[in-house]
Amino acid sequence: MSLVRPFDKLPTLNSAALLLVGTDEKQQQQLAEAILKEKKTFKINIHVATSLPLPAERDHIRPRIDLIAFLINIQSKYSLRNVEASLPHVDANFFLGKVCFLITGVGRMNHCSVEMNAVRKLGNLYCSPVIFCELDSEGIRVATAQRLVRMLQICAGHVPGISALFFSSLMKNSIDE
Amino acid sequence: MRRSGRPSPRGRRPQQDMGTPDSLGMTPLGRKTAETGINFTSTTRFSRGLTFIRTHTLFGQSPARRIIPQTSLLQENADPQKIAFLLRKQWTLYSVTPMYKFSYGNLKEYSRLLSAFVAAEKQKGLAVEVGNDLGIKVTLSALLGLKGTDQDQAAILVQIASRSQLPVENAEDRVVWSGWFCCVSGDDFLENVPEDFTCLSLFLANGAESYTTIVGTWFQKTFDCCFSRLTISPLNLAWMAAMWTGCEVDSHMAATELVFSVPCLPQTLDISYAIHPEDAKALWDTVQKTPGEVTQEEVNLFMDCLYSHFHRHFKIHLSATRLVKVSTSIASAHCDGTIKILHSKHLIGVLMLLTELAISQIQ
Repeated sequence: MSLVRPFDKLPTLNSAALLLVGTDEKQQQQLAEAILKEKKTFKINIHVATSLPLPAERDHIRPRIDLIAFLINIQSKYSLRNVEASLPHVDANFFLGKVCFLITGVGRMNHCSVEMNAVRKLGNLYCSPVIFCELDSEGIRVATAQRLVRMLQICAGHVPGISALFFSSLMKNSIDE
Repeated sequence: MRRSGRPSPRGRRPQQDMGTPDSLGMTPLGRKTAETGINFTSTTRFSRGLTFIRTHTLFGQSPARRIIPQTSLLQENADPQKIAFLLRKQWTLYSVTPMYKFSYGNLKEYSRLLSAFVAAEKQKGLAVEVGNDLGIKVTLSALLGLKGTDQDQAAILVQIASRSQLPVENAEDRVVWSGWFCCVSGDDFLENVPEDFTCLSLFLANGAESYTTIVGTWFQKTFDCCFSRLTISPLNLAWMAAMWTGCEVDSHMAATELVFSVPCLPQTLDISYAIHPEDAKALWDTVQKTPGEVTQEEVNLFMDCLYSHFHRHFKIHLSATRLVKVSTSIASAHCDGTIKILHSKHLIGVLMLLTELAISQIQ
């Protein structure tokens, strides 16, 4: 009922929509601006939310979401709890490559309040890639924006021959095997 | 030898080759190209150049469980006066890499050399009057009894005393600076250390910062080791709060106090949360399942209970702030790397935890 579903709407021509979910609005703004500055061949809509479920009133004008990026700030346990509370509101079909976890604030590990095990378990449980970044640093912000644009392009189906399902096969870690 | 920590490899790899438009998202692990079809399970072994010896201390992690030794008393040969000297003082923490060719037999020699070095450093830039004795005396002595296991090296105490200027006889020297090296139960972590190396991984200093730098420089030059400031992350402070609240204290219990720093405002706001010690202990007793062992889940649960209680009353999410200081009846620790230990009964336990943090920082 209030789930975000991947395929319940028709795609718009030559565009893709990204949803950023996280408690830190300033970081979301920074990342969104970095993404929009990237050179790309398609139109990107970025939607920003502090938590799910999204308000139902605007649902009919919202485009189809192609990629959801959950931002977890490693310095704030509250952001992890917030993401964990939002995850049940995402339809299961999204977890076939259209969700990723963005862990921010890793530049200052002596301020970390979230343990790495919890983050890794989250990525394992939801079969989604976990990307570590430090959005306060300009270079890493640009690199993360580039990665997200690339992932978004694949998730929206703009790259022939590759679908979002590939992301799960690239996540196997041989150390754990 | 030891490698510095690296972020978890899992998160980085899928995105490595996404930069160029032509790449088909290949990593060394998934070597199938798009033409040959979809491959969901890859069975190639990817040999990595780095192997982590202790998997539970990958970068940024804390162990899933820590054992609190029940009988961690000081050994019999501890000098109570010297031990009392260590308590109730604010110590600044440093982590030290293993020292090369340090010998316990040469402590007098080291004292002499260090005295000369300190005197020389202090006189640098000053006009030297001939015959003026600055009156600095340095002593190195062994601190017995601060060992967790028998393989630990004995602790070393360094004291800088200024000779009394009074002409009165038996005037006592005034200690202006103290520092001590120790390593408690470090042998679990420090396997494969070659001979000639002495592992005294934790250094605690009290006194003027200038003396700390001078002594540190001398040790670094003489024994080819490296000192670095030991900071304590909020995660480890939460562990300390949980572990120390659970300790039995016979005498007067002080309140458990947690200080949080709120990051976002122009002037940072500090929130101090004090809990009655018996309430805190009662809460911890309901959370802890196995006596003598503390798990990460128990620490999380304990802290979540405290946070939700605070939220119910003040509507502030403490989990979004940063824990900077923990004070309990046993000890108090600040995230900048300062500690004050209050009870000799739990001295070994506290040092064991700090040694573990120091070693994980230098690895």
